[in-house]
Amino acid sequence: MLSLLSPPFGRRCKCARRAHFAIFHDARRTIAAAFFLLLACTGACKFVRAQEPPYFVTYSEALEEPGNLEIATKNLAGRPHDAHAFESTTLELEYGAKAWWTTELYLQGQATAGDSTLFTGFRWENRFRTLPTEHWVNPVLYIEYEDVNGADKSILEVTGHDSIQDLQTPNGESRGDVSRTMEGKLILSSNAKGWNISENWIMEKNLMGGAWEYGYAVGASRPLTLKAGGRNCVFCRQNIGAGAEVYGGLGTVRDFGFDDTSHYAGPVANLNLPHGPTLSFSPQFGLSSNSAGVLWRFDVSYEVQQLRDLFHREAQ
Amino acid sequence: MTSTRVRLSVFCLLIISAAAVLASDGSWLRKVPAADRARVNPYAGQPEAIHAGAVLFADHCAECHGSDALGRHGRPNLRSNEVRHATDGELGWVLRNGVLWKGMPSWSILPEPERWQIVAYLRSLPPADTASVKTGRH
Repeated sequence: MLSLLSPPFGRRCKCARRAHFAIFHDARRTIAAAFFLLLACTGACKFVRAQEPPYFVTYSEALEEPGNLEIATKNLAGRPHDAHAFESTTLELEYGAKAWWTTELYLQGQATAGDSTLFTGFRWENRFRTLPTEHWVNPVLYIEYEDVNGADKSILEVTGHDSIQDLQTPNGESRGDVSRTMEGKLILSSNAKGWNISENWIMEKNLMGGAWEYGYAVGASRPLTLKAGGRNCVFCRQNIGAGAEVYGGLGTVRDFGFDDTSHYAGPVANLNLPHGPTLSFSPQFGLSSNSAGVLWRFDVSYEVQQLRDLFHREAQ
Repeated sequence: MTSTRVRLSVFCLLIISAAAVLASDGSWLRKVPAADRARVNPYAGQPEAIHAGAVLFADHCAECHGSDALGRHGRPNLRSNEVRHATDGELGWVLRNGVLWKGMPSWSILPEPERWQIVAYLRSLPPADTASVKTGRH
C-alpha cells in the first residue's frame, strides 16, 4: 500500500513521468476511496479476526461469513535474478454475499526499484460452495475475471509458463501488454483432526487469444492448538496457525506438464489478533530455474462485521 | 428433436429446483443424521470449556446472534425452546455444516474441540425471558 503512495524510483523522461503520474493518481484515488470506506466503518462496525487457514495462494473451503466485509492488503516482495527488486501490493475487498457465495474485488499495483510504481489492474472473483453439508472433500467453484497488464507482479497464482522472465521485463514495456482473462478453479478442501488440506486446480484463458493455461496450488495447515483458552490473549497458541503451501504452473493445453514452468513452496503462518487484524507471513522459495529465488509475502486483513446491518432496521 | 431435448432439460431443472426448495423447507433438526444426533459433548458442563466457549461465541457468533444470543435482525434466538431442546450432537452438527440456504455458514474450519466448547457455552445460557424472546428459525 505504501509503495503505491510513494514517489517512483529512478529517473524518467518528462512524458513518461506525466503518464506515470496519471496512472499513479488514479491508483491513489482508488486506494484512498478504499481507505475512506475502512475509516467510515471504523466508527460504525466492529472488527473481528478472520478465521481462515494461513495460505497466500491456495484457497480453502472457508468463505466469508454472510454480511461481513474483509479488507486486506496482500504484499509481496522479491529480488529475482537479473532483475530489480520489486514490491507488489494488492488491496482485497471480500464480501460474504450468502453463506454459500463470496465475492471479491482486487486492486493491484507494484513498485520496482530503479523503474516505476504503477497500478496494474483489477480482478473480480466469486466462490461458490457446491454442497449443502460437510463431506470428506468439499468442492468449491471459483470463477474470476481479471484485467491486468504485463507489469503485474502480484503472483496470486501461477499458470501456464509464467516464469522469472516476466519479472525481468521493464515496466515501460510490460504495462502495454494488457490481458483480460477468465479463470476457473476447482477448490477441494478437507478438514480432519484440526488439519485443513486444500488442493486447487486452476485453468485460465486469455479472452484476447491464447491457449488454456493450467496451474495448481496445494496447502496444509493447522492451528497450534485445537482447544481454545478462556482468556483473551494475543500470543496464545490458539491464535496462531501454521502450515505450508506449494504452487506452480502446469503448462498449456498444447504442452501440459512441468516443462518450462515455475513452482514455489514455503511455510505459512498467521496470527489472529483478538478483536484486531490477522497478520500472515511466508517466505516462498522458487523450486525451478524459471522461478524467482525467494518471494516474501505479508498480509494484513480486517474483517468488518455485518456491514449489511448498517442498512437494516432493527426487526420489530 | 433438439427442441424436445431442451424442453426435457428445462423440465428436469424445474423438478430438481422444486425438490431442492422443498428439501430446504422446515427445521434443520430433521436433517441431522441419527449418528450425529447421538454424539456427546466431551466438554459438557465443564466451567473452563464454558468460559472458552463464551470467548469463541463473542468472536464468531455474536455478530449475528447478538452478545446475549437472543438473535439480531431476525436471526435465530439461540436461547429459544427449539435450541434448548436440541441435543448437543444436533447443535454440533449445525455448527459443522451450517444451514447454507438460510444464511448460517459452516464452521468446519474451527477445530472440533472449539465447536464443542461453543455448544457447552450455549447449554450454560439461561432460557430467554418469554417476554423478550424473538422467534427466529433457521
